[in-house]
Amino acid sequence: MNYHSKKLLKLNLATWRMATMGGLLLAGLTVVAGRAFYLQGLNTDYLQGKGDAVANRNLILPAQRGQVTDRHGQLLAISTPVESLWARPGELKLTAAQQAQLARVLGMPGSELAKKMARKTRGEFSVRRPVTPEQAVRIAAMGVPGLHLRREFRRYYPAGEVAAHVVGFTNVDDLGQEGVERAYQDWLAGREGQRQIQRDRRGNTIRDLAPIKTAQLGGNLALALDLNIQYLAHRELAAAIAKHKAKGGSVVVLDAKTGEILALANQPIFNPNNRRNYKPGPMRNRAVIDTFEPGSTIKPFVAAAVLERGLYHPTSVIDTPETWRVGAKLVRDTHPHPQLTVSEIIQKSSNVGAVKLAMSLTPQQYWEVLHRSGFGELPGSGFPGETAGRLRDASTWKPVEHATMAYGYGLSVSLLQLTRAYMAFANDGEVMPLSFLKREPQEIAGERVFSPSVAREVRAMMESVTQEGGTGMRTRVPGYRVAGKTGTAHKLIDGRYSPDRYLSSFVGMAPASNPRLIIGVVIDEPSGGVYYGGSVAGPVFAQVMAASLRQLALPPDAPETATRMTQNMLPAVARAGGGV
Amino acid sequence: MSRLNVVLALLLMVCALALIQSQHRSRTYFVELERLKKQAHGLDEQWGQLQLEQSTWANPARVDTLARTRLGLIAPPNDRVRIETLTAAP
Repeated sequence: MNYHSKKLLKLNLATWRMATMGGLLLAGLTVVAGRAFYLQGLNTDYLQGKGDAVANRNLILPAQRGQVTDRHGQLLAISTPVESLWARPGELKLTAAQQAQLARVLGMPGSELAKKMARKTRGEFSVRRPVTPEQAVRIAAMGVPGLHLRREFRRYYPAGEVAAHVVGFTNVDDLGQEGVERAYQDWLAGREGQRQIQRDRRGNTIRDLAPIKTAQLGGNLALALDLNIQYLAHRELAAAIAKHKAKGGSVVVLDAKTGEILALANQPIFNPNNRRNYKPGPMRNRAVIDTFEPGSTIKPFVAAAVLERGLYHPTSVIDTPETWRVGAKLVRDTHPHPQLTVSEIIQKSSNVGAVKLAMSLTPQQYWEVLHRSGFGELPGSGFPGETAGRLRDASTWKPVEHATMAYGYGLSVSLLQLTRAYMAFANDGEVMPLSFLKREPQEIAGERVFSPSVAREVRAMMESVTQEGGTGMRTRVPGYRVAGKTGTAHKLIDGRYSPDRYLSSFVGMAPASNPRLIIGVVIDEPSGGVYYGGSVAGPVFAQVMAASLRQLALPPDAPETATRMTQNMLPAVARAGGGV
Repeated sequence: MSRLNVVLALLLMVCALALIQSQHRSRTYFVELERLKKQAHGLDEQWGQLQLEQSTWANPARVDTLARTRLGLIAPPNDRVRIETLTAAP
């Protein structure tokens, strides 16, 4: 249409106005386009980065450390998230009333809290780690700026000191420092995962930007330990240490059939839940790490060695004078008997008899039996720092050493190692590999140390130890037949044998007809007047054994002794139950 | 020809709306999934804490002390214990 031809529609505009308007619009457009080009084209990487930084997040997926339980699933160690209270001094606005309330919630003296809060550190500091869940709720409700709660994992040991030496503990960084926590660090630890996500304005996660690297949770661990037996061992050992004013002691309970470590207690103890006040002494697992000279508990191995070579029978009679000279050394018996059978040498723990038996072997032959029984070798429990003890090569033995070796001086063992060696007698000559972990019976192969007949003969000798005339009469367990051997050894202090410091020990097994449990007990320096192994370590053995057998509900193999040994208050009932 | 174009244009509109709809649904489901994951995680933590609490209460040392002091229990002496052997029923 031609506007110019219509008179009414004719616009009388000056051309300069058209040009100005057009120019302004064009300039505006150029500015917008220029800005758009600047942002989208030149600065795009920077701005894109900024935008992503607001919406995208890299998350670390924490890997929780695995649990440790006993053989029945009772917790021994667990990691659980806890809140801890942190403060940022820069932002902190705490009124006097709030501070008083906070002190009340934390159960902390007001002055101590004030001192903490007055700190002018850069960054942040922890006020209390951890706080209890109830405290966390109350602190969060106060809503003080500059105070915040932070989530962390903390390791707890519900059994506390009872199982502390076996389970061990971790440090602040969740690294195993001792015990099972250290031995199985890699298995327990797990691995952190990672995830990149995009968030919306409200903080909801809206999508994953990269494939999720899932966190690998730490594996759980079921120990061979039986917490009930462990507690009994701990309790009886603690009572004996207090009664005999001893420096320390250990108890090991083994399953004779599987080699599993059912309990392992030491004194002194420590509390793994308290990370402060750590002293290395009480933390040491003495039963595995410390060595001692076994004393008379070695004698059954002498007996086994001579029986095995057919040199003697259990009933062979041997002259046992009060003293017997080997080189410059005078071997002495404190309770002399002119003549003893091989069995009685074990029963009455005659040094002279044991020396005469051992001297009938060559050093090489005796060494071979000790070596085969695991002395001087790592017991193979996998426990960090376990010791092999000391057994010198037979070619270096002097005759005197050959003699003292017969009653347990001149070699050193750990309690775990000694108790393991007794498994040969308990298990008809076969030693099962030790394990701190629970295992299925079918997956173990034993190692033959003695023939079944030799093992049974020695076991019968050790049973006589706990009978009338033996050194271990206080180790009896009503209702069960018990076999074992006492030991009392002078301690070696600064290269000399101390005349009045002893290690009292007892290693035994029950039910003797077919042993299920082996218990080793050693008490370090009893100073309450009695020091014989049978009187100090023996009763601990008897208490733990009786309670453990009841715990495992094993049928008695000597029911009549239950009525004979105790004053009978309900004769009819007891006798009725006795006829198994 | 032009009718076909109109039909295609409408189809395109429908597809576009469907895409928006499904994208939206995927986001809501994702948010829901995240929420439930968080809840599961929270429940896991709670389970751990309950386990810890249970094992603290059931600690043999504590049970032993309470049984002896508060309840006055003792281990039965051996003469009060009767052993029964189970024989298989014929």
